[in-house]
Amino acid sequence: MIMKTVFEKTSGLTDNQTHYCPGCTHGIIHRMVGEVLEEMGILEDTVGVASVGCSVLSYEYFNCDMTQAAHGRAPAVATGIKRVLPDRFVFTYQGDGDLASIGIAEAVHAAARGENITVIFVNNAIYGMTGGQMAPTTLVGQKTATTPFGRDGSIQGLPIRVSEMLSTLDGTAYIERVSTHDVPNILKAKKAIRKAFETQKQGLGFSMVEVLSSCPTNWGLDPNESLDWIKDNMVPAYPLGVYKDAQKGDVR
Amino acid sequence: MGKVLMKGNEVIAEAAVHAGCKYFFGYPITPQSELVAYMARRLPEVGGLFLQAESEVAAINMVYGAAGTGVRVMTSSSSPGFSLKQEGISYLVGAELPALIVNVVRGGPGLGNIQPAQSDYFQVTKGGGHGDYHTPVLAPSTLQEIIDLTEAAFDIADRYRTPVILLGDGMLGQMMEPVEFKELSEREPEQKEWATTGTRGDGKPRIISSLELNADALEKRNELLQKKFALIKQNESRYETFETEDADYIVTAYGTAARIAMNAINKVRKDGLKIGMIRPITLWPFPEQPFIETRDRVKGYLSVEMSAGQMVEDVRLAVEGRAPVSFFGRTGGVVPTQEEIYDQIIKLAGGVEV
Repeated sequence: MIMKTVFEKTSGLTDNQTHYCPGCTHGIIHRMVGEVLEEMGILEDTVGVASVGCSVLSYEYFNCDMTQAAHGRAPAVATGIKRVLPDRFVFTYQGDGDLASIGIAEAVHAAARGENITVIFVNNAIYGMTGGQMAPTTLVGQKTATTPFGRDGSIQGLPIRVSEMLSTLDGTAYIERVSTHDVPNILKAKKAIRKAFETQKQGLGFSMVEVLSSCPTNWGLDPNESLDWIKDNMVPAYPLGVYKDAQKGDVR
Repeated sequence: MGKVLMKGNEVIAEAAVHAGCKYFFGYPITPQSELVAYMARRLPEVGGLFLQAESEVAAINMVYGAAGTGVRVMTSSSSPGFSLKQEGISYLVGAELPALIVNVVRGGPGLGNIQPAQSDYFQVTKGGGHGDYHTPVLAPSTLQEIIDLTEAAFDIADRYRTPVILLGDGMLGQMMEPVEFKELSEREPEQKEWATTGTRGDGKPRIISSLELNADALEKRNELLQKKFALIKQNESRYETFETEDADYIVTAYGTAARIAMNAINKVRKDGLKIGMIRPITLWPFPEQPFIETRDRVKGYLSVEMSAGQMVEDVRLAVEGRAPVSFFGRTGGVVPTQEEIYDQIIKLAGGVEV
């Protein structure tokens, strides 16, 4: 029998086994980033910045030079790298607790400066690594370890829509929100990630892809239910689409 | 090159440029803002980069990113801002990255004031951030000495892959003195094989991280760091002594306090009292040797500080109870006068006819 290879793991990822929970879409997002780096032929020219949270160990998984940053500081660390090495590709990989809460200042100012970096922003509406507490992106009514009765906007505040917020800044060049809840959306997500790195390649400024992602463990749902939960609850609160495309003028 | 009259903060900046530093990430805070402004103008002239960060926290993390690419990079701040940098300093130590961090100390705690102080001694010498660590701390007492110690700080940072702190105070930052720089030499940037610059055909990706989830492995990492600290302690301790050979009493002070104390000692010597001086130049590692050499033959030590008494603890540790150690300090940004210190020495030495 002749064996034919029909699918290969991307060289953008190492052979390390990831630690992510079953049904979590971090693995899919990692693979898309790895595939884009491989397809663009820029793996050897890339320095990635890992954040704090579930993706804290992502430096073990991406097959390129990696730096591990303190909680929320990845955009500042990426700024330091990119300013020294303007011809390299620099990306951060951050969750919502990291980017939208403790690191919101670093994210806003890196965007405002138009840092020519790419941010992969994984939004699963909850803190994963620390055990399912409220994130800035937690939906109103959503139960978490620290909103046991559901998030009440009058007490815990209202969710932050990061893509909408950052797209108002002149320094941002490309911002798109995508989702991982089904195959067509995953394909769109990969296109967006590619577009973000292309934006960096052209030196246009700050690019970010917000990826709606699942957290079966902390949502208390099975993997399939989690994908439905993204579609039914997150997508309406966080509309998908291109929020900023400097090449086309503002999209939304 | 000849002598030029310069402000302390600007001397630190120019000294860093002379030491081959081309990258500065900072945030303005009095009394060190001239350093930031000087770099904004100067670094583009030497093909370098200055960036004003949105906060001290961001600045030190930009330093962390840049340091990871292997270049000479620095930031500067003053006490309240330095406190914010402690997060990043702990990470720099954990990830073993070289960088220079300048602290031009002002009065505290809290917002305090903008007058000169030495009340950050504990936070610069005892770790400051989380985890078991130390960073080398260099404390110049003249503007000319700043030039040498800034270069030494970068060299120590590179040699041991560690952040190094240059500790001044508002007086040193704001005063003007004539200084002389050597000719600016074109330093070849050191190639650092651990730097994350993109693998570019080097093979295996490099990782810069301070994370180690396994307790045994993290303990091993800590043991390696402790070995490094021991090596720094052994090799990098610096101090200056003045007439300690015949001294009955020894005054010890660093930075601005040492300058003022020196004048008081000169005056006391003229009165016939045998008073010496030990001036620590590295505050960590604390120079124990001159205390070990003198502690069995002097009648006592006097630690003079612009704080409520911080270095005095290290003096006591070095003296090991073999001689009395007393303390004189002013706080809140008050600079002790030569007369005050003179009076303290006279009191300590039992008095003279004056």
